[in-house]
Amino acid sequence: MQPTSTELRFDVEKVRADFPILGLRPHGKPLVYLDNAASAQKPRAVIEALRRFYESENANVHRGVHYLSQLASERYEAAREKLRRLLNARDAREIVFTSGATDAINLVATSFGQVFLKPGDEVLLTQMEHHSNIVPWQMLRDRAGIVLRVVPVTDAGELDLATFDQLLTERTKLVAMVHVSNTLGTVNPVKQIIAKSHARGAAVLLDCAQAAPHLRIDVQDLGCDFAAIAGHKMFGPTGVGVLYGRAEWLDRMPPHRGGGNMIKSVTFEKTTYADAPARFEAGTPPIAGAIGLGEAADYLMNLDFAAATSHEAELLAYATEQVRTVPGLRIIGTAADKVPVLSFTMDAAHPHDIGQVLDGYGVAIRAGHHCTQPLHQRFGLASTARASFAFYNKREEVDALVSALHHVNEVFV
Amino acid sequence: MADHRALYEKVILDHNRSPRNFGKMEHPDLQAEGFNALCGDQFTVYLRMEGDRIKEIKFEGAGCAISKSSASVMTAELTGKTRAEAEAVFAKFKAMITSEPGSPLDEKALGKLAIFGGVREFPVRAKCATLAWHTALSALHGAPDAVSTE
Repeated sequence: MQPTSTELRFDVEKVRADFPILGLRPHGKPLVYLDNAASAQKPRAVIEALRRFYESENANVHRGVHYLSQLASERYEAAREKLRRLLNARDAREIVFTSGATDAINLVATSFGQVFLKPGDEVLLTQMEHHSNIVPWQMLRDRAGIVLRVVPVTDAGELDLATFDQLLTERTKLVAMVHVSNTLGTVNPVKQIIAKSHARGAAVLLDCAQAAPHLRIDVQDLGCDFAAIAGHKMFGPTGVGVLYGRAEWLDRMPPHRGGGNMIKSVTFEKTTYADAPARFEAGTPPIAGAIGLGEAADYLMNLDFAAATSHEAELLAYATEQVRTVPGLRIIGTAADKVPVLSFTMDAAHPHDIGQVLDGYGVAIRAGHHCTQPLHQRFGLASTARASFAFYNKREEVDALVSALHHVNEVFV
Repeated sequence: MADHRALYEKVILDHNRSPRNFGKMEHPDLQAEGFNALCGDQFTVYLRMEGDRIKEIKFEGAGCAISKSSASVMTAELTGKTRAEAEAVFAKFKAMITSEPGSPLDEKALGKLAIFGGVREFPVRAKCATLAWHTALSALHGAPDAVSTE
């Protein structure tokens, strides 16, 4: 196949060479990895950073006077600065390392919830939230008597903004919503929503887990109060994530967990807490993970992001057009603004069976509810199959997907 | 090699396309609901009893080819069985599903259940194959709560 104009600008083969795992051949077939929304693959630079850390930099941070501890602390704090740059936060103090996006959201629910949410206060969620941005708020509701309101989703998989306007009232204290849907691929108009929310006096938490691998997130431009990031979904290691929080909030929030590193001084009578971000980093943090994530942030900042984005848009358009040639296939999520995430059902086969047959062709997709059961219920479904792309995917992989999907029909029809 | 052809036997595909005893039973003596929390699959199993014996068994719900065909085959296998006999059939089925891939199957003892031998190559699908069975057994024991394979 002739490379398209975008692929000439965006050298996908050159980028693929940065990701060692893409050379695998499961079941003797070239790996076609289309499960990026679940977890993205890692560039060599990230893998090397982990190896380098454990081989020549490993020690605990912020405690020792010795060479290695200082080195590890420097690397860890340098990673914080890299994440600050990636997200364009004003101050590295606003970058809290967490164990992931789930942990980041739980931090806000527990800590912000304790001080700023009173019984009867409303938190506005959307119908397309991941369970990680539903359950922490339900736990808080049961603990603190807050009220949850849910913005519905249209048939196309977009937010019903008219209903959002009605649900956003002076009782709304926080809007907690997904930036990009992990199931539908929908990119929500978050800047507009943030402006409206602030005008009503509500703070905004963005779940950016799926946004980070596809979009440039500029927290100052967006104006969000909090943003949750999952390291492993943005080409970094597992077990690490980031909570961005505006200093005005973090400085007024109590710690959500107690332990070492988050204190100024401890006596049995009284403990004073460290300032953010250390206040929210009790215990030994995921040091290697954070350093690896800093490397992933560098990788993304060094990428020609505009070219990568248009390559992704082209992949999405091509995949959308091609899968529609498969009889009985229905795409769930047809928003005007999407990242390359393609969820679908097939008349002939259950998503699990689709995934199973595709695996035999080396094509890795996800089947299930993708931790968005309320969203699936809204579409009257128990599960979907989902092909999710990253910038390192290529047109030939769309062809492999579509050819395997035709084979699914041959098996089950 | 984990080839899907080993999993999707012809008979399995046939039961998936046209499941036996599929649908709601009016006024069952026993019923239970089973979930696979991982994939959202859900089945309801209905039983009509004659003393300790299963007189009629039906199921409805949504699931993959493996869970649906296994439910379908199960209804045929369990009809006419006592509780103890039903348990023995399930024990035999479960032992086969969780046995070493490639180890010999006692096809004579397993009868129709042997078509699920390929599931052994795909451990993640064992839950699919046993969902309806767990649900039926739970109904037989009169357990009030929904069954989950998690």
